[in-house]
Amino acid sequence: MTSHSKKENNAVSVSEMIAQNKQKKSFHNFNEKSIPVFLFLLASITILTTIGILYTLISEAIHFFMEVPILDFFTGTELKPLSQDPQFGILPLLNGTLISSIIAILVAGPIGLMSAIYLSEYASDKVRRVLKPLLEVLAGIPTIVYGFFAFTFVTPIIRAIWPQVEATNILSPGLVMGVMIIPMIASLSEDAMSSVPNRIREGSLAMGTTRLETTFKVVIPAALSGIIASFVLAISRAIGETMIVTIASGSSKNFTFDLTQSMQTMTAYIVEVSGGEAPAGSTLHYSLYAVALTLFAFTLIMNLLAKYVSRKFREEY
Amino acid sequence: MSTLTEKGIKIDLQTSQDDKEALSQIKEKSVIYDTKNLDLWYGNSHALKNINLEILENEVTAIIGPSGCGKSTYIKTLNRMVELVPGVSTSGSISYKNKNILDKSIKVEDLRTQVGMVFQKPNPFPKSIYENIVYGPRIHGIKKKAILDEIVEKSLRGAAIWDEVKDRLHQNAYGLSGGQQQRICIARCLAVEPDVILMDEPTSALDPISTLKIEELMKELKKQYTIIIVTHNMQQAARISDKTVFMLNGEVVEFSETDQLFSNPSDKRTEDYITGRFG
Repeated sequence: MTSHSKKENNAVSVSEMIAQNKQKKSFHNFNEKSIPVFLFLLASITILTTIGILYTLISEAIHFFMEVPILDFFTGTELKPLSQDPQFGILPLLNGTLISSIIAILVAGPIGLMSAIYLSEYASDKVRRVLKPLLEVLAGIPTIVYGFFAFTFVTPIIRAIWPQVEATNILSPGLVMGVMIIPMIASLSEDAMSSVPNRIREGSLAMGTTRLETTFKVVIPAALSGIIASFVLAISRAIGETMIVTIASGSSKNFTFDLTQSMQTMTAYIVEVSGGEAPAGSTLHYSLYAVALTLFAFTLIMNLLAKYVSRKFREEY
Repeated sequence: MSTLTEKGIKIDLQTSQDDKEALSQIKEKSVIYDTKNLDLWYGNSHALKNINLEILENEVTAIIGPSGCGKSTYIKTLNRMVELVPGVSTSGSISYKNKNILDKSIKVEDLRTQVGMVFQKPNPFPKSIYENIVYGPRIHGIKKKAILDEIVEKSLRGAAIWDEVKDRLHQNAYGLSGGQQQRICIARCLAVEPDVILMDEPTSALDPISTLKIEELMKELKKQYTIIIVTHNMQQAARISDKTVFMLNGEVVEFSETDQLFSNPSDKRTEDYITGRFG
């Protein structure tokens, strides 16, 4: 009997069931229309936040530029916000930022790229599966730990070798920042190189070239856009890096190229001033926003540059 | 000689003349690849089983057989590209010009300079057409622009693609059609003037017209080069090759003149395969 009744149920064909269900679809239709709107709103949050930050930075920085002429700000070599006759030249900060970033990229560029070459072209699958996550662990270390490491471990070593180096100096945080961005370059460059199809490597090896020749003549040129983009993003990260330089480079606003001295970066200045008692409405307070705006412009330009480079030099295969 | 009347002597003389002809043929076409007792394993799987083949110079040798029969593996052993697969091991010997290329003292770079390869999917480098062609010569130390220019024209003409690309030598090779890309790859091979060209299903990714062009090209190329081609297209093997190897499950089932293999196969399995009973 049961089998019979089942048969009765099955007598309703699948197409009929679908037709029935289609009539109940009003809720479905509502979802189809409303969910994309909801998703759009969520996606707009990041854009709105960026606009909000930019608005705050600009509106506050305007106050600053009403008191300090833009030209003086960007060409001033002296930053003495607390002196009797305050000077607000950003060049010492720009100098600190650029020098520390240059040291970092000089360390991370070669090491990161060589690591990427090893991982992508030489390491066996097994080795790569162990090494790559380990490398990425380095990227997960909080930057305050790096800062501490630079100040208490690296600086003493440098001073032992090179006694003229001051207790706070730009060299040590620059080096440590370099170590910090190695994983970024290694990982992104490795991604770019391993996405070069194997048949292109085989084409080169079958011509009687060595692995090294294939790597440098075919794989790296083919992956160049990704590699350059990884460098630019890493520089951008170094420019925005805060804790390491705040801890290990001190707060002297020196405008110098002497690596043994303490220098301040834009980020470290923001930490110093916002942590101190800058009275609201004072020029010192507003100078924060002017520096932050400059920093924002720098990292924005670097990120746009990375985008442009990866599109411009993309090799099709 | 014909004045001699005694049968026996006549026959003797004829035989000796045949021998002479045969000898001169052997002289013209010496063995370039002599494979003896070749076995190959991918880890534990026995991919090639006791292969014995003599491949002659300036001939087109086609290797046919169903998927997984080991034909691609075999051709990749001839320039040791098979070593790129982890866990490969071999035994036996392959003599290339009387040197065992499986010997570890042989430099694969030298071998691969003399033995070019064209792959299943066109794989030009993501560079200009010009850069693709001069890649090999440059790596091997030829730097002078005038010589490189000459090589480019000669190689592209040799691959029957010069007229199509001569005005766009400095454009990216990936802007070309699949068939043109494959001929660029052949030209890239010719640029280092190899002796042998290995082709691993070179037309399987191409349309019929491009395939035809490449087949015509192969007929031209065999005048100067030894060509070994793997194909799953039996008509193609019949059209272009002098000798055909039929492989099955990692073994050579039959190796003979192409005409004979297709018209009068000596092995039942060959007959079954070429008449389409399996594969």
